Amino acid sequence: MVVLVSFIQRELRLLARQKADWLNPLLFFVIVLSLFPLGVGPEANLLRIMAPGIVWIAALLSVLLAAERLFKDDYRNGVIEQLVAARQPLLSFVLAKLLTNWLSTGLPLVLLSPVVALLLNIETAGFVAMLLTLLLGTPLLSLLSVMGAALTVSADKGGILLALLILPLYIPLLIFASAAMEAAAMNMPYHGQLAIMLAMLLFAMALIPMAVISALKLNVS
Amino acid sequence: MRPIFIIVDSQSVVITPQPFPVNPGQLILQGTALSCIRQDRVLFEQLNVSVQAGELVQIAGKNGAGKSSLLRILAGLAQPDDGQLGYQQHSLSDVAAEYAANLCYIGHQSGIHEQLTALENISFWRAASEVDQADDFALLAKLGLAGLEDIPCRMLSAGQQRRVSLARLWFTRRQLWILDEPFTALDQSAINMLQQHFVEHLQQGGAIVITTHQALSVSFPHQTTLELAYRW
Repeated sequence: MVVLVSFIQRELRLLARQKADWLNPLLFFVIVLSLFPLGVGPEANLLRIMAPGIVWIAALLSVLLAAERLFKDDYRNGVIEQLVAARQPLLSFVLAKLLTNWLSTGLPLVLLSPVVALLLNIETAGFVAMLLTLLLGTPLLSLLSVMGAALTVSADKGGILLALLILPLYIPLLIFASAAMEAAAMNMPYHGQLAIMLAMLLFAMALIPMAVISALKLNVS
Repeated sequence: MRPIFIIVDSQSVVITPQPFPVNPGQLILQGTALSCIRQDRVLFEQLNVSVQAGELVQIAGKNGAGKSSLLRILAGLAQPDDGQLGYQQHSLSDVAAEYAANLCYIGHQSGIHEQLTALENISFWRAASEVDQADDFALLAKLGLAGLEDIPCRMLSAGQQRRVSLARLWFTRRQLWILDEPFTALDQSAINMLQQHFVEHLQQGGAIVITTHQALSVSFPHQTTLELAYRW
């Protein structure tokens, strides 16, 4: 536990010093969202219909953008190699990365959601649904992208490989999250979609840290 | 029980390490008939290497002779193309976890993050090694880094970065140290201090495997040199 806290502190310090790593994906998210009204026209009804898909696709891409550099520095400077060789607490290392990745990319998306609702003319019911799906969905996005980052850490041009590898895994989340938001916009219940998202999140939380550890081990040996 | 690191200072905390079993001469690591092939070139074959408690094994050889490849094999990071590795009379693959838990490996890369300060890098490795907090300022002062504690490591010179990287040897409790070119970029005084520290570790029953081009200036009680020939 002490180790985990200390690793989280380290990651937070790094985030504070490398602001571009998490600010750029957020700006990307906002810019992509503001491009849609310009591209498809500022018609309120049209935007409201498209909003669920737009929000979630922008969120997927921005989380993906943030994930790419996640393990790069620690791989290049040998931290991961030395942690693996000397059997040091890799699980804490991975959990610290996961948590800080969500804090720096997922949580800001949740906090930005009122702005998004304004931009895309989403009404209250749809906004609540968006908030809930982002709260449940962004941790899952972080988990999947951290796994992708661990798998591609030793690849030279890892970025595009990461996108090709991880975007298909986002599809179930995209389907259920935007379905929940659509249902909410039509004032229909969306508990079912949220329950499935929660189930996917719990499943990923249980298995992905182990997968990340194996991927890191594989990449240094 | 011998403290690894004592500072005569009322503020400092003395670490009492959990001592590893000390049987001088006990065989720790043994490699039999090891072979390594890289890009269709045989780096070495039928190589036997053994490391005993209290022994320093120096691996010498030209650039490209396979020193680092051998170290990665010994550290369990790579598999030999042929041959067996044994740890304390067991096959290494059976006791890989115990072996790794008794190993401190510092490879070619420093293992320090350039954006973090010397102090933060040391406390990361201290946490990773699950060693209690102690006076890191005193440790850094001992390593000649007084006054540079709060500067990001990317601003330090190569030798200073190497000192930060090697700092964990002063608090680790692992018995076997595998170090790839530990003297690179260090000045003579730092090299001497490091070798003096090696002697202390060996006297406690530790064991060290290093690669280096340089002749060691300190005479170690039990030193073996393994010369790898460059093969075509």
